[in-house]
Amino acid sequence: MALSRDEIREGMSDILEEVAGVNPDDVADEKSFTDDLDVDSLAMVEVVVAAEEKFGVKIPDDQVANLKTVGDAVSYIEKG
Amino acid sequence: MTEVVVTGLGATTPLGGDVASTWEALVAGRSGVHLLEHEWAQELPCRIAAELAVEPSEVLPRVRLRRLDRSEQIALVAAQQAWDDAGLNDDLDKERLGVVFGSGIGGALTLLAQDDILEQSGPRKVSPFTVPMLMPNGPAAVVGLEFGAQAGVHAPTSACATSAEAISAGADMIRLGRADVVVAGGAEAVIGGLPMAGFSSMKAMSTRNDDPTHASRPWDRDRDGFVMGEGSGALILERRDHAEARGARIYAVVAGSGLTSDGYDIVQPDPECRGGGRAMAAAIKQAGIDPKEIGHVNAHATSTPVGDMAEIKGIKRVVGDHVVLTATKSMTGHLLGGAGAVESIAAILAIVEGVIPPTINLENPDPGLDLDVAANEARKVDLNAALNTAFGFGGHNAALLFTKA
Repeated sequence: MALSRDEIREGMSDILEEVAGVNPDDVADEKSFTDDLDVDSLAMVEVVVAAEEKFGVKIPDDQVANLKTVGDAVSYIEKG
Repeated sequence: MTEVVVTGLGATTPLGGDVASTWEALVAGRSGVHLLEHEWAQELPCRIAAELAVEPSEVLPRVRLRRLDRSEQIALVAAQQAWDDAGLNDDLDKERLGVVFGSGIGGALTLLAQDDILEQSGPRKVSPFTVPMLMPNGPAAVVGLEFGAQAGVHAPTSACATSAEAISAGADMIRLGRADVVVAGGAEAVIGGLPMAGFSSMKAMSTRNDDPTHASRPWDRDRDGFVMGEGSGALILERRDHAEARGARIYAVVAGSGLTSDGYDIVQPDPECRGGGRAMAAAIKQAGIDPKEIGHVNAHATSTPVGDMAEIKGIKRVVGDHVVLTATKSMTGHLLGGAGAVESIAAILAIVEGVIPPTINLENPDPGLDLDVAANEARKVDLNAALNTAFGFGGHNAALLFTKA
């Protein structure tokens, strides 16, 4: 069964807290990884690898640059 | 010549998570060595080591820990303590702040852990922090970034002489006018299967697995090799007038340092300690003092059969037969790249407190030991000057001479 956007966002929030120390209260669709959540490029690599594992999706390197906000990532993972 | 003083001390060692607890344990003669329970250790010839008394995870935030090798974690812990101890803050001109911080081996545990991930899960799973975690200049870089040092961040690498060389190089930075304040020291954290198997294959490590606290026994007849420890020491070095202008407490003066190389063998110490002796002589010459003023040597003495007695020859020839020696490795184990800094801190505190920590486990002195050692009990003594020696694989020799503030 496909996960809902809320479930994906919650999963992303867990990953962001684990690998980058982001406060779960700060995670929302409109938040930018780099500008709002202080996730730098190296930390983003870890976030992507963890998201692939958790959600069973592939996020190619050329797609990562398009994932600027939490909402972008949730939408990408939702499409599978 | 510009005078360089020590205004801050920091350490995390097998005896304590800071300088005060480490010093208290040193003076009390407590051993930090124990049997390793880890599964990876069970097949090793040497299954004993001196692990940290306080885990970095008890001190640093979790995400910070993830991105730092263990050697970088403890470098940061020790350097932060030294920084706070010296009363430094962001008022300092960062363009005049330098760092010289070394590691003998670097991020070996990270290299091994990430290689396991590469083998088991493929290249995509290898951490993007792998390279900054395993590079041998990592501890120096992490400390430099923490305090915003911009006068230069350097990472000497000379095996077990590393952090003594770092203190020498840090003092030189100040003497050459390149910095006013330098965070100097070293860190090592390589207690793991491969490093221990490597040292064991060289027959360099003690195999007294059934009696861990008595395994590190410098100058004792029954010594059978060193015991590996992990830890970090950091010193704040400062130009004297800079320290005085801000009213800093001065622990001691870095009166002289000497660095030489053996040109003898990649791992064997020169049995006559010629290079080590020249390093001691160079430190004494730079300080411009009579060797008779040196009351104490915190010796390199690692508890290996050849090295311990070679050093005795060097000390006797260059410093004299009046000094009181100690080998604090009998308690901390051998901190490798962290040894010179932690033992310099012990030598400095010996001057400040008037107490020389004991060399424990010296039950049957080697027949060749004809110098006075603070054996098994701390020795109260007034000191004007104390020497620390550190020698490393590759034939690196360092000697640091500290005098009373």
